Amino acid sequence: MELTVDRQPVFACTGAQPLEPNRSTIVFIHGAAMDHSIWMLQSRYLAHHGYNVLAVDLPGHGRSGGNPLPSVSAIADWIDRLLAAAGLEQAALVGHSMGSLAVLEAGARHPDRVWAVGLLGTAVPMPVSKPLLAAAKANEHAALDMVNFWSHSSRTHLGGSPIPGLWLTGLGIRLLERAPPGVLYNDLKACHDYQDGLESAAKVHCPALLILGCQDLMTPPRAARELLAALQSASSIILAGCGHMLSTECPREVLAALVDFFRRGS
Amino acid sequence: MATPRYLRFDTLGLHAGQQPDPITGARAAPVYQTTAFVFRDTDQAAALCNGERAGHVHSRLSNPTNAVLEERLAALEGGVGAVCTASGQAALHLAIVTLLGAGSHIVASRALTGDAHHLLAHTLPRFNIHATFVDPRDPEAFREAIRAETRLVFGELLGNPTLAVLDISVIARIAHEAGLPFLVDATLATPYLCRPFEHGADLVCHAATQFLGGHGVAIGGILVDGGVFDWEATGRFPALTEPDPGFHGLDFVEEYGLAALIMRARQEGLRDFGACLSPSAAFQLLQGVETLSLRMARHVENARKIAAFLDTAAAVAWVSYPGLPSHPDHALAKRLLPKGCGAVLSFGVKGGRRAGQRFIENLRLFSHLASAGDVRSLVIHPASTTHRLLDAQALQAAGIGEDMIRLTVGLEDPDDLLEDLDRALRASQRL
Repeated sequence: MELTVDRQPVFACTGAQPLEPNRSTIVFIHGAAMDHSIWMLQSRYLAHHGYNVLAVDLPGHGRSGGNPLPSVSAIADWIDRLLAAAGLEQAALVGHSMGSLAVLEAGARHPDRVWAVGLLGTAVPMPVSKPLLAAAKANEHAALDMVNFWSHSSRTHLGGSPIPGLWLTGLGIRLLERAPPGVLYNDLKACHDYQDGLESAAKVHCPALLILGCQDLMTPPRAARELLAALQSASSIILAGCGHMLSTECPREVLAALVDFFRRGS
Repeated sequence: MATPRYLRFDTLGLHAGQQPDPITGARAAPVYQTTAFVFRDTDQAAALCNGERAGHVHSRLSNPTNAVLEERLAALEGGVGAVCTASGQAALHLAIVTLLGAGSHIVASRALTGDAHHLLAHTLPRFNIHATFVDPRDPEAFREAIRAETRLVFGELLGNPTLAVLDISVIARIAHEAGLPFLVDATLATPYLCRPFEHGADLVCHAATQFLGGHGVAIGGILVDGGVFDWEATGRFPALTEPDPGFHGLDFVEEYGLAALIMRARQEGLRDFGACLSPSAAFQLLQGVETLSLRMARHVENARKIAAFLDTAAAVAWVSYPGLPSHPDHALAKRLLPKGCGAVLSFGVKGGRRAGQRFIENLRLFSHLASAGDVRSLVIHPASTTHRLLDAQALQAAGIGEDMIRLTVGLEDPDDLLEDLDRALRASQRL
């Protein structure tokens, strides 16, 4: 479906289901230079199992218009306006990587709007290496290669995709290549500059679930320890053999964790 | 952080898509010889069948052994995913029926296998899908043949049997300027010699029966998506970009993003048309793919020697092999196929069709059969066999004369092959 936020078109995949007023809503927020399709094997299931689902393309990403938002706090406030545009009082927010920071910050800034947060491939802080930032700033393909390479576990680099016939590292690089110039740098810089995550975590009152990849080189599980401790009501799951692209590398496990989490939370 | 180092071609050829079996420890890809897969519960069953979960339902749609082959070839081609099919012809058909409907039109190179030509020229028109055939060496002819209802541009990288080389980058640009996807059949090259996505192709298909398998024991095909073409940009591919009542309103691009074409081809094309690959054939084809680099290097080495021999043989009127400087596409072939131009070549025997018959019947090592890409050397007379259904005009347009002989050069000792050819050529000239 298409919504309008800040006078810009926003695309949200609903799993081919209409939004129903009596259902709980889950909003999915993707990571740097990606789009809603990373949630293809979570959003569609949940949309057919009693939830309203909005897997959005952030401004300047995928099918959504506008420019990419310059900071995590700006994305968090945009999520609040997104919920208003969709006529939603509350939603659970699920974010991946940069999206997880935005979800965390939205939970802190707009606590009445958020009934649960799912944080995938997350770390606070989320520093980005200088070589990667420099390559992204210069719009070099090397930046995409770095992100894609480090985002997948050594297991995924060999294949054996849970989705028959899909070559996930090929899918990953093509998705990054679709982002317009400057988007990856904008997003990585937003991650790098986000320094208030632990303070924000302490303000999140709703239940939180961290889903982490044992082989995640971008946000290794140890980098989420302080975040886990700072959250008031949080649990975590570490998926064996999984890298940073949890929703595509381990779709079944991520879905199972989310289903259990939402069942308890709602 | 260290510099990213993706796995290289030869490593992917052995490993991509498969890990040691977690239960048994089996190192090689097991053959999952089963028609269907047991559901864990009713919810999983419904979710799998509705495309909400990843997994296997029925081997007509997907199978773990087939999935290894699909991932491996997607990796070797540099694509995002693949669907394997019962044959190369089925892979071409799958691409067409996934993208086109009645009233659609294809612009195709006229240098095609006889079976591909027949599908486009005679069979698909019965379903109101039509094709215009153009000279593969005239890119502007592709542009001029594009109509409002055109939905696909198609050609063989190495045209069979004339060995015309398709200028992928130029034709891709023409297709893209018209908002059309470009499908390349790269059967005779394999990804070892050329990866069409790197030159602008959008889809690649193979008759895996041929060089990918190589052993001549299994029929199969593969359709690979490069993941670059924007299906939404022109609104011409509603099967991918609009809610489909046949799938309860599923919009494939909206739901699956860059995987849309592969998902649609599998969920509709394999399900409805049923041209699936058997798991045992997938296993056999995987055995071939594992040695692709080694075999293709030797195929090319042998083919070069034989092309050079034929080029100077007194009984030979002409030779068509892009590796020869005399071939009209030699410069293009050096750019597109730097490791070599494959192992199929065609030539004319002096004395016309009767001399050609004597040549074929006097060969001892070359097997006279209607296929290509075997480890054993093969020979065929296209005009009377593989392309016999083309009429005289189409044969002439495709450059297939009565004197044309097609060779597939195998992996035998090249001296034995040269001696066999020399003996048969001498016999062909005896009255």
